Amino acid sequence: MTRQVVIVDYGVGNLQSVARAIVGVGAEPIFATTPEQVEVASIMVVPGVGAFGSCTAALHSHGLREAVLAVIASGRPTLGICVGMQMLLDESEEFGTHAGLGLIAGKVRSIPSTGADGEPHKIPHIGWSGLQPNQVDWQGTIFEDTEPGDACYFVHSFAANPINPSEVLATCDYDGRVICAAVQKDNLVGVQFHPEKSGKVGLRILSRFVNAR
Amino acid sequence: MTLKTRLIPCLDVMGGRVVKGVQFVDLRDAGDPVEAAIAYDAAGADELTFLDITASHEGRDTIFDVVARTAEHCFMPVTVGGGVRTIEDIRKLLLAGADKVAINSAAVNDPDFISRAADKFGNQCIVVSVDAKQRLSQTVGGDNRSEWEIFTHGGRKPSGLDAVEFAVRMVERGAGELLVTSMDRDGTKSGFDLALTRAISDAVEVPVIASGGVGTLQDLVDGVKEGHASAVLAASIFHFGTFTIPQAKAYLRDHGVAVRMDAPAAA
Repeated sequence: MTRQVVIVDYGVGNLQSVARAIVGVGAEPIFATTPEQVEVASIMVVPGVGAFGSCTAALHSHGLREAVLAVIASGRPTLGICVGMQMLLDESEEFGTHAGLGLIAGKVRSIPSTGADGEPHKIPHIGWSGLQPNQVDWQGTIFEDTEPGDACYFVHSFAANPINPSEVLATCDYDGRVICAAVQKDNLVGVQFHPEKSGKVGLRILSRFVNAR
Repeated sequence: MTLKTRLIPCLDVMGGRVVKGVQFVDLRDAGDPVEAAIAYDAAGADELTFLDITASHEGRDTIFDVVARTAEHCFMPVTVGGGVRTIEDIRKLLLAGADKVAINSAAVNDPDFISRAADKFGNQCIVVSVDAKQRLSQTVGGDNRSEWEIFTHGGRKPSGLDAVEFAVRMVERGAGELLVTSMDRDGTKSGFDLALTRAISDAVEVPVIASGGVGTLQDLVDGVKEGHASAVLAASIFHFGTFTIPQAKAYLRDHGVAVRMDAPAAA
């Protein structure tokens, strides 16, 4: 049977690209706009585009925060993308301080405005960057068939800074600054980049998430 | 390893076909845009830009169809520009499958539109097109003005605005990226206006996409190294088969520019 993937639709950004990519890996995307629709998810994707504060506020105002937390707490596979990944952390410093879901210990902070050499570099960090493993072996993860150095598409000005290095699944390098590219804690995975915009590499990652198990 | 320079083929679309002109006249047909997009994706392009140069409102709907069909096949970032004037225009393009919109005339006529658009959709999807031309010598002022002036309406209408000042102001308003096109060089194959590209890139924090004038692969390298561009855009050299995307990427790599080489086939 075709696997169904629930995409949490809390009114921010355009979710069509994520849905098309889910179709592209052979699964069926279902948009969930109510807690009831979220709660029945067997596989869940939490996208997020724009500012952290407006994303968390929208998740809350649509009454979806508790339902999302319940799905995660029950152990069902969940993938946060971009701000959807950042929301898994404790808090963000983007335009003031905003509380996140507190599932991954750490803060979301602005990307340093210079490289390691002190030279200014471009913000937002837009474009393709190679993924590197951190402390966790990629075997058995969404990166099982990703090679170190395979590039994915990023677009962000803020980045996650998890406290526990064992929860950092992948990083990328921006002029000598290490940027958290993916997090994992049990059934919960988050990616800063956009797998739905990262060509074959992105589809392979998404396919692993959707079709593993 | 670090952030890779993006190579972006640009498809000028009119009435559902790809066209390419020399300084916006003498348009030549270059095929079906969706087929072209799929071919560029397969060849390893890092991003695609569609510029809708359809003059009539009736023709506008074709671009939504082109974007939607492209998004079904290409899992890569897509930017659409041309005729974007309202919040509703942006919403429709994003729903069709665009990731970013490039805004030109509306940004000049109503800078507040950029603030509203960035608030609504996020800075990451608002690209401002800076279409600049070298000033005529007699109009170069003695004050702090740069050598370039902003033009709108496909390069036909001078705005009186200084290009570098305009670029800085657009970033303050929330533009997440700037597409800098030299109207003097567009379609001429004489290379980017490197001084223009560098002047703007060095003045703003956000990435600059260099556009207008690519004729050789060295022009692409120069755009990055001398123009300080984060991405390089070209049309004619790819549409008419002068060079392929893999050739351009290999040249960039061999000349010290980090690029994304095609991913290995699925295991």
